[in-house]
Amino acid sequence: MLVPLSWLKDYVDIKVTPQVLEEKLFSCGFEVEELQETGKDISGVVVGLVETCEPIPETHLHVCRVYAGSHGTFQICCGADNVRAGGKYPVALVGATVYMTAKDHKTVEGVMTIKKGKLRGYESEGMLCSGTELGVSENMFPGAGYNGLLVLPEDAQPGEDVKPILGLDDWIFDISITANRPDCQSIVGIAREVAAVLDEEFRMPALDYTETAVKKDGFTVTVDAQDLCPRYIGHYVYDVKIGESPLWMKRRLALIGQDAISNIVDITNYVMLEMGQPMHAFDCNYLEGNAIRVRRAQEGEKITTLDRQEYTLNPDNLVICDGVKPVALAGVMGGLNSEIRDTTTEVMFESAKFARDNVRKTSRSLGKRTDASAKYEKGVDEFSTVHAMERALHLIEELGCGKVSSTHVDVNTGNSIEPRGMKVSIKKVEDVLGIEIPGEEILRIMKNLDFAPVIDGDELTLQIPAYREDMDSYPDVAEEVIRMYGYDHVIPAFMPDARVTMGEMPREMKKEMKLKRALCSMGAYECIHYSFFSPSDLDLLRLPQDAPQRQAIRLLNPINEELSLMRTTLAASMLNAISRNQKKGNLQGRLYEIAKVFVPGALPLTDYPEERETLCIGIFGDKESFFTLKGLAERVADTFFIQFTYAPVNKPYLHPYQAAGIFFEGTEVGYLGKVAYDVAEQLDLRSDAYVLEIDLQKLAGAYDREASFTPLPKFPEESRDLALVMDKAVTCGQVEEVIRKSCQYIKSIRLFDVYEGGQIAEGKKSMAFTLEFTPHEEAFEPDTVERFVKKILKNLKNQLDIDLRS
Amino acid sequence: MNDRLASIRQEILDGIEAHVESRAAAFELRKQFLDSKTGKIGQLLKEMKSIAPEERAGFGKSVNELKEWAQQRFMELDEKMKAKELQRRYESEKIDVTMPAEGVITGNLHPITQIRNQLIEVFTGMGFEVVETREIENDYYNFTALNTPKDHPARDMQDTFYLSPEFLLATQTSAAQIHTMEKKKPPIKMIAAPGKVFRSDDDATHSPMFHQLEGLVVDKKITLCDLKGMLDVFVKKIYGEEATTRLRPSYFPFTEPSVEVDVSCFACGGKGCKLCKGTGWIEILGAGIVNKKVLENCGIDSENYSGLAFGIGLERTAMLKYGINNIKLLFESDLRVLQQINDN
Repeated sequence: MLVPLSWLKDYVDIKVTPQVLEEKLFSCGFEVEELQETGKDISGVVVGLVETCEPIPETHLHVCRVYAGSHGTFQICCGADNVRAGGKYPVALVGATVYMTAKDHKTVEGVMTIKKGKLRGYESEGMLCSGTELGVSENMFPGAGYNGLLVLPEDAQPGEDVKPILGLDDWIFDISITANRPDCQSIVGIAREVAAVLDEEFRMPALDYTETAVKKDGFTVTVDAQDLCPRYIGHYVYDVKIGESPLWMKRRLALIGQDAISNIVDITNYVMLEMGQPMHAFDCNYLEGNAIRVRRAQEGEKITTLDRQEYTLNPDNLVICDGVKPVALAGVMGGLNSEIRDTTTEVMFESAKFARDNVRKTSRSLGKRTDASAKYEKGVDEFSTVHAMERALHLIEELGCGKVSSTHVDVNTGNSIEPRGMKVSIKKVEDVLGIEIPGEEILRIMKNLDFAPVIDGDELTLQIPAYREDMDSYPDVAEEVIRMYGYDHVIPAFMPDARVTMGEMPREMKKEMKLKRALCSMGAYECIHYSFFSPSDLDLLRLPQDAPQRQAIRLLNPINEELSLMRTTLAASMLNAISRNQKKGNLQGRLYEIAKVFVPGALPLTDYPEERETLCIGIFGDKESFFTLKGLAERVADTFFIQFTYAPVNKPYLHPYQAAGIFFEGTEVGYLGKVAYDVAEQLDLRSDAYVLEIDLQKLAGAYDREASFTPLPKFPEESRDLALVMDKAVTCGQVEEVIRKSCQYIKSIRLFDVYEGGQIAEGKKSMAFTLEFTPHEEAFEPDTVERFVKKILKNLKNQLDIDLRS
Repeated sequence: MNDRLASIRQEILDGIEAHVESRAAAFELRKQFLDSKTGKIGQLLKEMKSIAPEERAGFGKSVNELKEWAQQRFMELDEKMKAKELQRRYESEKIDVTMPAEGVITGNLHPITQIRNQLIEVFTGMGFEVVETREIENDYYNFTALNTPKDHPARDMQDTFYLSPEFLLATQTSAAQIHTMEKKKPPIKMIAAPGKVFRSDDDATHSPMFHQLEGLVVDKKITLCDLKGMLDVFVKKIYGEEATTRLRPSYFPFTEPSVEVDVSCFACGGKGCKLCKGTGWIEILGAGIVNKKVLENCGIDSENYSGLAFGIGLERTAMLKYGINNIKLLFESDLRVLQQINDN
């Protein structure tokens, strides 16, 4: 929120510098996001009196003698058409800084420093300035908008700094207001805090006015939807003369970035900024039926707002109606039909409190955000509702732009704007803070906040002003005390009274970390991808319409379609990551992610969905193959002290003959394989890629397995190499299974050679294995292993038609 | 005879001096003299018969002396050859040590995981238990129980992704406070991690998904002083022994009082630099004393117990600590980024 220092000073004396004030505000909970001097870029510009002004022949220029008080008298060339002898203008002395403008003299193109120059042979020591060159708009100073020199008032003293005259010596605080302090969304609200933190007196703006005896006979206000409008105040103003607002008001609006429109409209804007209460003014001539009615809109009812937009409403929207039709969208914007025009002579002022949730909903559903709706959404208090109307009526009188009638209608649901009593225990307050605060400090702070404190022993009695709706119980008091007393009084302690607790990670997290480290040791880098993905990712994976992965939870309000579904597989994000890497020239790499996939019980959600911890590995580059990825899978199994088995599998996004399902104790827990070539092509992959996914939840049963020791064999082990010939279709896995089942003393089976070709019959291949045999209870007899081999060969022959290679 | 002995001795010396370059050559040379059958010294003993009996003892002694002497010389020669051969072998294996390394490539944990582990280490060391969080929450746990009822303006502080009127993507890890307090009675000391959270925000400093680490302590007599003391320890562990903290007022619906916590700028030590925008301080986390309504929502007696809570943004911590300039880099899996942060 923008707060000009000059405006604050109306309501509190500020004797400190803007920088000190910034620190003070910061320390009590109001972060100043930006502090800016209005004329920060302007320096060295003073009042200049043009004593003589002679045209330079054959040009539009004049050569002037400019008197600048104690700075001296200078010869300056000037191209403006309104330069006159005897006139007073801002003069930028040599070394001054002003804005540089483009050829149109209106567009600012940066800041320049004035140097001595020569124009058409005439020395020029300085520059006479326009409003634009000083960053002053018409609203800041009348005449500043003219495309020529800015004319200073007659009484300006030559040599005097122009910044105070033009309002360039002000400071704007951009303050961020936390959600618990909607009462500070105004000049007055900030002024109250400044007074409290500086130990100064806060002065309420003038609220007095005189009602005439004139009444608007028969005028009524009815609030049908009291739940959405707890307070509505209307006041009738007549003899209105629409015109311009005075300079001081226009300048203040301009400082906050509001254009001046007309006195009545400006008053409503001014009061909103000053008091934090949005106001509205209806042209009474266009109110039919001599009535205001606050009600929910009817289904399909239409309104055209001041900005000429038409909206179709429903009963969730609150409207202000006259006796016949909607004339305003409550809390958001007035209706075009009753707007203030140059011809307006009677006005109905509105100051109301609307339910913030309803204003938010309406504003969101219609896509219409205004300053008023923003204030209502954060919350407006009734204290301001009442006083804002008084302030507006006061300004009507001060500006002399209308007469205040005695028709004042106040529909109230029974809330008081009187302070409410609150009692708290000082000990409880101190227990929150952990430090003792001297009684006189508590009294001072509470008094500065206008809480009218009384201390009686441990009991602190406060009168909480109606605008402090956030004050509820002792922790709130503790916060008020400490933010004013200073957080630097908090003494660090390390839970001296707390009991000792055990710090530890759950087993699942430890296992997962072990897995991550194991994968890193294999050269894989951990990735984190968004938990949401795109429907097009499901298409990338060629998943059929009935695939379970298509049962993804949809976000109701995604940022865009690309981020609209909760992931049901991690593979798509991984493939995209590989593609991005390859596009950046990383043609070789190993990536992995451990994240959740989301499996809904039903859609739309009626209960928490399953969040299944899943591992995805993606590898790519010329050094990788199906088997290097399988090596990573084996490392996963080792991490959990388990064994995987593999069987061919079909996945629409994988190579049909280089893909395997991964099984643990008979259950399929995942897959691995080479990325199908059409998918790779779609991703512009330049080298082969392989992907693996394992549902870690399905391994959870093995999470309690721990490392254990098997005693070393007591008796010597033996090994045999067997070269076997078989049909090409027989798999290594089948052979291993038969061997394993044939002999209980097999310790390991290791394939070391595969051969197809000349020395082997057509349609056959040779596979050579090293078998290792471990004796159990007693040493092998000389012929034991030979008997095992014989049995193995017999089983291989019978079951798979495998022969020993001759 | 003695001449013969002397000439053999000279022959040996000459042989050793002259041609021997390898252990094999040395062995061959040795054989010429010391082979039990054909060696020249052995041959001398065969001539024993032709020596006069009274000279035999003297002759035998002289031959044995020669033999011992020769054995000693050939042993030395062998040692010398051994050293020579070793030297040759080393020379033959000379390499250019400035050639590139051949290493096993080791991957890295994600920078967020690295930071998370560092934080977990600090907090478990302080006796905090680690719990996991959900990514999908319901309205009650994400908002209502955290003192943010339906019409509360604080709901606007966090642009929420909704999945249904009831379910949403967690906007903060604070829901873990409620889940923990519902399950456990005080004393509670927990951190929730890794904590993916989501807000509808997408620009250079905001990502729609990011990570928080939530902390909660509930016990008797927990105060703002404990919060400050705990955070002082924490920042020293993460940002170095010189780091100090500053608390300043803020607002979160689930804590009262609420504070923003700044750490003294670790780049300039508080003097003011580009990183801290000249202030000497860097905002690192939000914290506060647990709102007593939140305790009561979880059935904890707020008269006797109080708590502190804090939430740390992991992306922000990682970006500050490692100088990563764009949050998006953390989610793009660019190997050139992942390879750099090796603080595992």
